[in-house]
Amino acid sequence: MTHIPKPRIRHPSLRINAVGLTRRDYEGSMSTLCAGCGHDSITAAIIEAAWELDLEPRTVAKLSGIGCSSKTPTYFLGTAHGFNAVHGRMPSIGTGAQATNPDLTYIGVSGDGDSLAIGLGQLCHVIRRNVDMVYILENNGVYGLTKGQFSASADVGSRAKRGQVNRQQPIDPALLALTLGATFVARSFSGDKAQLVPILKAGIRHRGFALVDVISPCVAFNDHEGSTKSYRYTRENLEEAVDADFTLPTAGITASYEPGSVRAVTLPDGSVVHFRKVPDEFDPGNRDRVYAYLRERQGAGEIPTGLLYLDPDAPDHRDTLETVSTSLVDLPFEELCPGREALERLLTDFR
Amino acid sequence: MHPTDVSDPHYYHRVVDCQWGCPAHTNVPEYIRLIALGRYTEAYMLNRHSNVFPGILGRTCDRPCEPACRRTRLDGEPVAICRLKRVAADLRGDIGDLLPRIPAEKNGDRILCIGAGPASLTVANDLLPLGYEVTMYEKLERAGGLMWNNIPQFRLPPRILDEEIDMVLDMGVALQCGREVDSLAEVLEEGWDAVFIGTGAPRGKELDLPGRWDAPDQVHIGIDWLQSIAFEHIDSIGERVLVIGAGNTAMDCCRSAVRLGGADVKVMARKPRPLFKASPWELEDAEEEKVEILENHSPSRFLVEDGRLVGMEFEIVRWHEGEGGRLRKEVLDTKVIPCDEVLLAIGQETAFPWIEREIGIEFNEWDMPVVDRATFQTTLDGVFCGGDAAWGPENIIWAVEHGHQAAISIHRYCQGTSVRERPPYGQNLVSVKMGLHEWSYSNNYDESQRAEMRYADLKERLASMEVEAELGFDLERACQEAERCLNCDVQTHFTDQLCIECDACIDICPVDCLTITWNGKEAELRTRLTAPAENLDQPLFASVGLPHTGRIMFKDEDLCIHCGLCAERCPTAAWDMRKSELLIPYAGLEAGRQHPNRKQAEVGP
Repeated sequence: MTHIPKPRIRHPSLRINAVGLTRRDYEGSMSTLCAGCGHDSITAAIIEAAWELDLEPRTVAKLSGIGCSSKTPTYFLGTAHGFNAVHGRMPSIGTGAQATNPDLTYIGVSGDGDSLAIGLGQLCHVIRRNVDMVYILENNGVYGLTKGQFSASADVGSRAKRGQVNRQQPIDPALLALTLGATFVARSFSGDKAQLVPILKAGIRHRGFALVDVISPCVAFNDHEGSTKSYRYTRENLEEAVDADFTLPTAGITASYEPGSVRAVTLPDGSVVHFRKVPDEFDPGNRDRVYAYLRERQGAGEIPTGLLYLDPDAPDHRDTLETVSTSLVDLPFEELCPGREALERLLTDFR
Repeated sequence: MHPTDVSDPHYYHRVVDCQWGCPAHTNVPEYIRLIALGRYTEAYMLNRHSNVFPGILGRTCDRPCEPACRRTRLDGEPVAICRLKRVAADLRGDIGDLLPRIPAEKNGDRILCIGAGPASLTVANDLLPLGYEVTMYEKLERAGGLMWNNIPQFRLPPRILDEEIDMVLDMGVALQCGREVDSLAEVLEEGWDAVFIGTGAPRGKELDLPGRWDAPDQVHIGIDWLQSIAFEHIDSIGERVLVIGAGNTAMDCCRSAVRLGGADVKVMARKPRPLFKASPWELEDAEEEKVEILENHSPSRFLVEDGRLVGMEFEIVRWHEGEGGRLRKEVLDTKVIPCDEVLLAIGQETAFPWIEREIGIEFNEWDMPVVDRATFQTTLDGVFCGGDAAWGPENIIWAVEHGHQAAISIHRYCQGTSVRERPPYGQNLVSVKMGLHEWSYSNNYDESQRAEMRYADLKERLASMEVEAELGFDLERACQEAERCLNCDVQTHFTDQLCIECDACIDICPVDCLTITWNGKEAELRTRLTAPAENLDQPLFASVGLPHTGRIMFKDEDLCIHCGLCAERCPTAAWDMRKSELLIPYAGLEAGRQHPNRKQAEVGP
């Protein structure tokens, strides 16, 4: 906790984006998380991504559940919409909101406790339904808010601050998402914004469910020797498997890549993901090979990061359900509520 | 870049822009905090320690600190440092017990100061507590130099002036007024252990145009005219007055003329306004008092009819930048402006007809004595020189600094040690952390605009030379203005081995000062920081390689508001807020040793 809010004075070189806002305009209230929390860096990365994407905060809905991570939507896009759901139930809220108002951009923030323990069932279904939202899983391996018990993502052999060693198998959100048919799977690290920001931008623009698993060290309860989610351990074992860049449809491509070294994947809205560095045995469009690659590298003790899997063209849950394409609030009342006769006709179908 | 060595006192000193900009290195943020705490006496003494004349300077200083102030780069207006200095002087209590004690037993060395202006008074101020006997020869009838004979009373009331001059004289200066030196050789024969020349730049520049000498009673040299007012030899002036020149002396002349009966006073400047030498606030004050300031008017002749000055002819000019950046004028027109009197304020120079050229003091091509920039010694051992006498007109605060440096040299010279070897500066660095999120300074950024000065009623002040124009800040304004200070001496201090590169400091910094990245050449680095570091006058801090990745923490000092949020959000206390205090050496006092001028030396922020 800090006693003064971040002063509003800003650097004069701060630029404004296409909607006339500076990066500072995307901030929220002061963080009340522990100093040095990885989550605060992710908040800063979300702010940067939203600024770079020219998002208008009023067109964004922030969703979260319960936990340290789920507090963070207060700290970014202070003028956006938001819903702080019951523990682990953010996917339901997101699904409902997205179904009724697809015009908003949905940014979900959750943690390893909220997503992989109490909310695991919800997470599985929101993945398989391919709800159009980005889901940021701030993963620190412990329950920080209750003083550092192991969470479901703690690795076997990882040591808690008080010395206990975890013997239970972890749930790996990236592998889980792949098996459930996720269309966008990424992993990153709170301490690497150069990687995280483009991934978040691509995830926000991806049409469908985008899971971004972010290793986000807990400075208070999981940043010690023996932890496998500390700043030091993550830096030492992190392996950037895929180097991906994201370009908006409006921006010209300025970077030059060696021919053959880059694979461009165009998203439905025209923006482009450039895979710059991809290992030989890897193919971010092939679910089975990605799965095998991750299993193999993790077996060797590495933490592979990057935009790992991308299927830009899969139908999202609104396509599957064939719902109306406009937001319900924009439907004329006669269409939204067509009256008794229409109801009678519908009921007749079921008789 | 090489890692920054913050143990070098000058690194953090440079971050304190005002103190760095002040020739005498006055500890500005500390005295502003003392004012905010209501500790005016201590604030005054802290000032006096460096600048000797806080009450005088609080009204008349050229304020090199203010354009330097970091606040200017953030919201366009510097902290009103000078006016806060005056607050300390106005509200202070009795300081009798806090002034240095003068030993009854003298050390046997006798020092002569020629001229009794601010430089000489500073020499005396520094040497008397060490047991020296200091004598001053002053050609006029009282001490103070230009502080009393050139600065009009409505800017500097005599009681303020007398009080601060007397503080020095009362330490035991043997002042001989009315003693004009006309031969340095003779003076040297009197057997002084060291001589300090602080005779200022007493000769106003002449404007030798056609007609200049046809009506001499109506054309005056500005500084001589001001001096005549101080002496009460002059108490009126013609109705229409032209002041030639656009420096601060011109401002004093025109504002005095308005008070002595000038109904139509014009300042005539050759150059356009941005090139005026006068401080912007003095120009504003003059205009407030109905003085008209005309730019691009180059005087060409005095118009005299029947032995009476009736006007002056000016060329209306436009300036072009010529070769080597020199300005070249283009004459567009000529214009006659009628007037009754003319005041020439186009500069002043030193005059040394009284120094014999064969006694060992070398003179340069401008007929000025050759004075060493570091030791203030002339080419004759034991003869020192400072203030305007050394390198031409500067200002009071420079004269004070010259006095301090010359006193160091004189002391070393009398002790038989090398004057060339200068005592080193030191630094105290103390954490200001009081608790988990608590600092012992006001760390929030106050968005207030600069407080406005209060002035005496225009009619009232123009009626007399004696009514002080500026009323000073009241307590409310002083407190409000003190909060605008960014406490630049509370430094963001980095301990590299503690950093875990969590980025918390970078994310929280409101002005994007911080970056962790790979090392490079400074010029290239400046372009790829979180915010570009385009102000090359401001240093970049560079750490050594950080423990986790070997990358470097960089800080662009330029716009840091010293809010302490980096330190608050740092989980490992790698960032800490530490107050740096520059320890300035004075004569007989190595840096860091208790100065007799400063009995209550350690004051918390």
